Amino acid sequence: MNTTSMRRAAIPLILFALLAVAPLASDGYTLSLLARAMIFALAAVSLDFILGYGALVSFGHAATMGIGAYAVGILAEEGIGDALVAFPAAMAAAGLFALVTGAISLKTRGVYFIMITLAFGQMAYFVTQSLSAYGGDDGLSLAVRSTIAGHRWLRDPLIFHYVILGLLALTFLFCRMLVRAPFGRVLEGAKENERRMRALGVNPYPYRLIAFTLAGALAGLAGALFANLTEFVSPAYLSWYRSGELIVMVVAGGVGTLYGAILGALGVVLAEEGLSLITEHWRILFGPLLVLIVLFTRGGLAAVLGGKGGADRG
Amino acid sequence: MAEPLLSIRHLRKAYGALQVTDGVSLDVRPGEIHAVIGPNGAGKTTLVSQIAGEVVPDGGQILFAGADITRLPVHKRARRGLARSFQITSVLAGFTALENVALAVAAAQGHTFRFIRPARSDRTALEAAAALLEQVGLGARAQVPAADLSHGEKRALELAMALAGRPRLLLLDEPMAGTGHEESAAMVRLLEQVRGAAGILLVEHDMDAVFRLADRISVLVAGRVIACGSADEVKADAGVRAAYLGDEA
Repeated sequence: MNTTSMRRAAIPLILFALLAVAPLASDGYTLSLLARAMIFALAAVSLDFILGYGALVSFGHAATMGIGAYAVGILAEEGIGDALVAFPAAMAAAGLFALVTGAISLKTRGVYFIMITLAFGQMAYFVTQSLSAYGGDDGLSLAVRSTIAGHRWLRDPLIFHYVILGLLALTFLFCRMLVRAPFGRVLEGAKENERRMRALGVNPYPYRLIAFTLAGALAGLAGALFANLTEFVSPAYLSWYRSGELIVMVVAGGVGTLYGAILGALGVVLAEEGLSLITEHWRILFGPLLVLIVLFTRGGLAAVLGGKGGADRG
Repeated sequence: MAEPLLSIRHLRKAYGALQVTDGVSLDVRPGEIHAVIGPNGAGKTTLVSQIAGEVVPDGGQILFAGADITRLPVHKRARRGLARSFQITSVLAGFTALENVALAVAAAQGHTFRFIRPARSDRTALEAAAALLEQVGLGARAQVPAADLSHGEKRALELAMALAGRPRLLLLDEPMAGTGHEESAAMVRLLEQVRGAAGILLVEHDMDAVFRLADRISVLVAGRVIACGSADEVKADAGVRAAYLGDEA
């Protein structure tokens, strides 16, 4: 094992350890900020799984996240407020959306894929706007956070923190397992050279569709958590702007590493917060910062910490 | 005579007014090396693309092992034992040489639809891949990323990937193109080792290699086969000399 792969193996461990001890040094405000960052990290990991390993730049990933959030909101409105039902339902709804839109989008490549995922994302956005029974434009408030088997544990910020952290870690391990398996090799091989994969007797389409669907379901899980964090659901969660933010997190963190997506999400959420303390026009500072990261690190934050060189496929 | 492995009948393909494949018929017998030569623009690569399945012919038929594969997609042809190399080297640049071949082995065994165990723990695929790399002379380069291999080494790697599926037919589109003298000679030796195990359709410009390897040669000019026969027959053919060899021989 060389130093690069050792560092790469160490980064996620250190990252999760830091997140695990973070509550010791955090007040309630910091905890909710961290919760937000970890939830976006979960969605970003699922995006990096398809973007980094399959070159599927989905510009509608926030839609799956928002659908997960709406599933929790709508079920709560209908009296089903338990996470053991609502969270799997959120994942199923988001996964189904990804399956159907992916089946069509994956017929295209490159810019066309970006455009068509964007179009599907915006369609979902406008559908939520027209859900007048569930708040329409104004969104929908959650009366209480989801219960877990009847217990109101998620009300406790500390428990909520570890639930999110646990799900983030599971998502990370799950995606890492997939990218290291033969399944992931095909995904990556098709990204590198689709013609070659076909000539080897492998049609990449079903692999991509499965990856796209799984990524959508995981983003739905992030959405379910986000609805609980904000105790609110609104169409803005599905907007293309959110999808763009997720792509920024993945790219700034380092494409094709999975932990880079976590670094990127933490970095973006914390930088937004930090810079907005300096000025309300924080985007003026954030934009150039992002340009510098992309220009000078060539591989994002993950490359700074983990050393350069290709995707991390174990 | 043995039943042909690959049989192309009256294949036609036009791009606009340009008839790129103009009623081509040829066949490859099991274990035979059948070379296709012809000047630039004769339609050799288009022919290979139609056999591989990337280009759909306008008319005619492609039979492989007795079955009509004219409309079959690329990956299904590959699964039936039709492997190929590309005119422009086509490997997975970000993978190591070993990973390239291991993926080819896994694909051939139908082991790619697996989600749990890491690919690097698939011992059978890795051992088969290492043996193939050894066979093509890349044993010492297994851990080198494909992008860092020399051009000739990439050519050899492509051949190893094509062989991974134990193909019945190899479609080789100019395997010597752009390689040096040494590397060409090495490729000829390799193909001599491989011959017999699979039928080979060899498209090649390197005449020395073609005359050394080919059992039969078809000469393609402007989308038509103008001659087909042994090396001596083709060399002696007046039409071929006029159309093609004339300016070289």
